[in-house]
Amino acid sequence: MAATLVMLILLLVYELFDGSRLGLAQYGFRFLTESRWDPVFDHYGSFPAIFGTVVSSMLALAIAAPLGLLAAIYLAELAPRWLDQPLSFLIELLASVPSVVYGLWGLYVLVPILRDPIQTGLRARLGFLPLFSCAPIGIGMMAAVSILAIMILPYATAVARDVLRAVPRDQREAMLALGATRWETIWRAVVPYARSGIIGGLMLALGRAVGETMAVTMLIGNRPDVSACLFSPAYTLASQIANEFTEAVSAMHVSVLIELGLVLFGITLVLNGAARLLVWRITRKGAKP
Amino acid sequence: MIMLLWRKSVNRLMGVMTALSALLAAAALLAVLGYVALNGWRALNVDFFLRLPTPVGIPGGGVSNAIVGSLIVIGLATLFAVPIGLGAGIYLSEFGDNRFGDLVRYLADVLSGVPSIVVGIFAYALIVARRGQFSALSGGFALGVMMLPAITRTTEEMLRMVPNSLREGSLALGLPRWRTMFSVVLPMARSGVTTGIVLAIARVAGETAPLLFTAFGNPFWSVDVQQPIATLPHTVFTYAISPYADWQSKAWGTALLLTGFVCLTSLLVRRFSRQRQGA
Repeated sequence: MAATLVMLILLLVYELFDGSRLGLAQYGFRFLTESRWDPVFDHYGSFPAIFGTVVSSMLALAIAAPLGLLAAIYLAELAPRWLDQPLSFLIELLASVPSVVYGLWGLYVLVPILRDPIQTGLRARLGFLPLFSCAPIGIGMMAAVSILAIMILPYATAVARDVLRAVPRDQREAMLALGATRWETIWRAVVPYARSGIIGGLMLALGRAVGETMAVTMLIGNRPDVSACLFSPAYTLASQIANEFTEAVSAMHVSVLIELGLVLFGITLVLNGAARLLVWRITRKGAKP
Repeated sequence: MIMLLWRKSVNRLMGVMTALSALLAAAALLAVLGYVALNGWRALNVDFFLRLPTPVGIPGGGVSNAIVGSLIVIGLATLFAVPIGLGAGIYLSEFGDNRFGDLVRYLADVLSGVPSIVVGIFAYALIVARRGQFSALSGGFALGVMMLPAITRTTEEMLRMVPNSLREGSLALGLPRWRTMFSVVLPMARSGVTTGIVLAIARVAGETAPLLFTAFGNPFWSVDVQQPIATLPHTVFTYAISPYADWQSKAWGTALLLTGFVCLTSLLVRRFSRQRQGA
């Protein structure tokens, strides 16, 4: 049975390569940098999707990481018992809501708010920046970033909280005994001790954002363009696959979509590997007395 | 003195900031769940559970086919993932202290990090492309692949918690290894393993991406595993992006049903297993 698991993974990798053979033969590594994606002329480049994936997930992480860390510090260090339990519980719940439900919520609740006060307001005041210069249509990069941030926030919080809890008490007591305030203790003694674990948790969260499909497909607008503007529609690897796979007619189109899957698989493999290494190092260090 | 005041106010400020962040995370959840509950509740009625979808423009109807379809696809996934996951978990805990065991553990980790859409491609290439047809079977396979790593790892962990003296006692009575496993070790770990399986089911029940081009969706009644089949998460997706108000309201109803099922299951299981651990 264990061997079945191994075979299954080998089969997965094989199928990804086998399925994208046509695309690999035609484009090689140029596929990664070519930015024209045109199914009508059977000409494909994955740069817009890679760009969209990297930008959307990095921005989402930039929003969720500080919030998640602060929330985790509160839950692990400062919150009174009666508040810690229900809050932790709520945040765990947030992690189990299906992503298509986030997509639905984003489409009908978040997008209208983004479109009217936020994007029109930003454009009116800061429209001279290329970032805020295009039409405020609601769906697009900004919506995708917002929903991703909301989705990975509980995850980042939960991992960081667990790592912070694993920091030995002595570490805190020594710092407090020196006359430091609570915050100084947390910031100079607890967080540095847990640093690599926290970073590992954030990278796992990033891995989730990179592979997230449904909510992003529903909100990002699905257009293979590279744009400097935050409001414009874009694409990610996952959303491009989800959106075009069942509509692809030519063998080449199917093949390059599977190749997108291969690229996505590669990215998450590297991210998760690095993250696990970091988390594993900290938990092993924490386990030592 | 001023220094001390400064340090104390930083302390106070950051304390408030952390509390605000935690509150913000909780508020996001309440906003999402609140809207789903509110809009979903309005769409629910008896027909919603018992009727088939109606064509565009005809109000009424329900999602009974998707409810049954989801149950079938999840059932297939469980049938596929549980034997393999249990077997692999047993292998890892009883015979897995070698390099092959490490490899399996590592690959299970890799598999749990594979994006769901890539698992969908895998199931498509392996089953749909070969048979030339979308099917409930391929959807079940995709979800099963996603359940596998969680089941394997929890089984291993739970079996490792069974004390070795039990195994030794059983072996000393002359029972063969497989008998020891099935009559002594597994019953001891049963509740933990069951919890792991139920959590894995709850987690994949809301997955949509792997079903897009495997189970595909179906507006009619179908219980044939060789045919395309409707599922709840896929119904939320197609109805949500449709331009019809009636369908959009059904999307909220279906989302409520799905979220309720997923959250309640994982909550109940967690509460239940925590209570037992405390006792």
